[in-house]
Amino acid sequence: MGRIGTRFSELAKLGRKALIPYITCGDPEPGMTVPLMHALVANGADLIELGVPFSDPMADGPTIQRASERALARGVSLRDVLDLVRQFRDRDEITPVVLMGYANPIEAMGVESFVQAAKASGVDGVLVVDYPPEECTDFVELSRKAGLDNIFLLAPTSTPERIDAVGRLGSGYLYYVSLRGVTGAGHIDLDEVSTRIPLIRARVQRPVGVGFGIRDASGAARVARVADAVVIGSRIIEEIERDPGAACDNVGRFVASVRAAMDAEGER
Amino acid sequence: MHHPPTAAPYDLPDRRGHFGPYGGVFVAETLIAALNALRIAYDALRSDAEFRAELEYELRHYVGRPSPIYHARRLTQHCGGAQIYLKREDLNHTGAHKINNCVGQALLARHMGKPRVIAETGAGQHGVATATVAARYGMKCVVYMGAEDVARQAANVYRMKLLGAEVIPVESGSRTLKDALNEAMRDWVTHVADTFYIIGTVAGPHPYPMLVRDFQKVIGLECQVQMQELVGRQPDAVIACVGGGSNAMGIFYPYIDEPGVRLIGVEAAGEGIATGRHAASLIAGHPGVLHGNRTYLLQDANGQIIDTHSISAGLDYPGVGPEHAWLKDSGRAEYVGVTDDEALAAFHAACRLEGIMPALESAHALAHALRIAPTLSADTVLLVNLSGRGDKDMHTVAARSGLDL
Repeated sequence: MGRIGTRFSELAKLGRKALIPYITCGDPEPGMTVPLMHALVANGADLIELGVPFSDPMADGPTIQRASERALARGVSLRDVLDLVRQFRDRDEITPVVLMGYANPIEAMGVESFVQAAKASGVDGVLVVDYPPEECTDFVELSRKAGLDNIFLLAPTSTPERIDAVGRLGSGYLYYVSLRGVTGAGHIDLDEVSTRIPLIRARVQRPVGVGFGIRDASGAARVARVADAVVIGSRIIEEIERDPGAACDNVGRFVASVRAAMDAEGER
Repeated sequence: MHHPPTAAPYDLPDRRGHFGPYGGVFVAETLIAALNALRIAYDALRSDAEFRAELEYELRHYVGRPSPIYHARRLTQHCGGAQIYLKREDLNHTGAHKINNCVGQALLARHMGKPRVIAETGAGQHGVATATVAARYGMKCVVYMGAEDVARQAANVYRMKLLGAEVIPVESGSRTLKDALNEAMRDWVTHVADTFYIIGTVAGPHPYPMLVRDFQKVIGLECQVQMQELVGRQPDAVIACVGGGSNAMGIFYPYIDEPGVRLIGVEAAGEGIATGRHAASLIAGHPGVLHGNRTYLLQDANGQIIDTHSISAGLDYPGVGPEHAWLKDSGRAEYVGVTDDEALAAFHAACRLEGIMPALESAHALAHALRIAPTLSADTVLLVNLSGRGDKDMHTVAARSGLDL
């Protein structure tokens, strides 16, 4: 079992829900990424989603696009992202790291070289936003062979057939997008999440994470009631851009508050 | 050119929107349901007699089709070689071929019960065409336009507003067409229940490349009839400019199975391919994934999309429709570049010799015809798609001549 599977089964034994923060690699500058990742873990992150910057992040809202632009302005490439994960692994061999990004940087590097290099760098899973199941069977096969998990998105509009397809191809966990929109937009519809997650669980035996639209500790706690994992992205990026110099402290404080709210919820 | 005459009839894309390795549906899960609904609605309507009759009526009485083909005798004489014919899409309502597609998609939107349409636009031509059909059919209209382009194309922004559309400047990324497209996609994901996204070119996720082509193929179908009437035969070559590639697909598509007709797409070579300041995705790009499809892209070694340049805003796009990528690889169509200066020279030649002011986009296609006509015999027939009129470009041309209008 890889780091992702191990982490979720440990959490399940403890009756705890996973907290998955997202940051864009190289934002606000490459030297901050590894310290930020350690700060996330120190303050209660169970798994890290690390965004690979892309010039045209179509599924992201303005906040994450700005993070991407800041990283690209400093020339952060996919190879740099992998180097930074390797540096993170010097001090943390346990926390799973999932790369989240778009297909083109991966294809430009070459899918085969990418999966080998990612595995060697200590990456555990990959979520390629614009690779729906029907367009990535080769990629899934290669990454699975290399020992990487393939994380797929599910939406409120995903049909049972598509949930099954994601069940067959993916591994690690499922990422349920909790609203009709892009990252950072609006607020989560908790009623919809509560009705959809059992439908997904009935078809696929895999932890379900919920993201998009979770803005604060109490929102995260409410999601944690029904999901296995809570993903928070744009809200953390806002902490980084508010005061880049104090990003580690501010992000750490915010993540700790979310962790505390989720754990309090778990004890209720 | 190497299309074997015995080949089965051309029938791409396949069921999932692939043209060989190109095309497809490379979008986040959040858009899949909307694209499936569009595909199903279009599959049902494309063969529906009532829908086709409605579309034909609109194209005839609202757009002004068929557009004529004009024998440009003075340009022909000027070149001293092949005969140059112009397909006059510039004479359509709103002044370009864009309206053909907008009428089709607006009717589709109406059949799907969507009261709101959105669009992306670069120079503003597709935005104006979308705002026009939205007014015609009583729909709410929002147009996304890069903030750079909003500043450069004030007249078109005002045109859209006069037509009742809301124009939203896009401040992200390079603040141009590709960013407007990203933003329109985001709007669509968020408002998919009541909104129809009218994409302006043969790009984006399936079924867009196919349905935009289908709504534009009226250009080529008319040419087949008109050339027979006018010349007694089909042209030796069809020449069209390619940005996203919708006017080119419209005129190429009906000719794909006629191996005697060369298909030549003209890309914007900007300040020259070697300078790196151009928008020639097929000539100088590499396959990749952007805006929902796999196609040739202008990108750096790390797979980031790079800024493009062309004097013509309508060609200033780092990708190209996936069907063109396939026509290039299969050898059925050939793609060449024309620089800003060559396009300007053709623009002036058409003004002075024919009394026709072409759009700078279309001037790229014309420039290639003017380049090859002298090398060809007088019984060779070249058909150029004059995809739009150039009134919108007067400020750009004047600025090049050192004038401020």
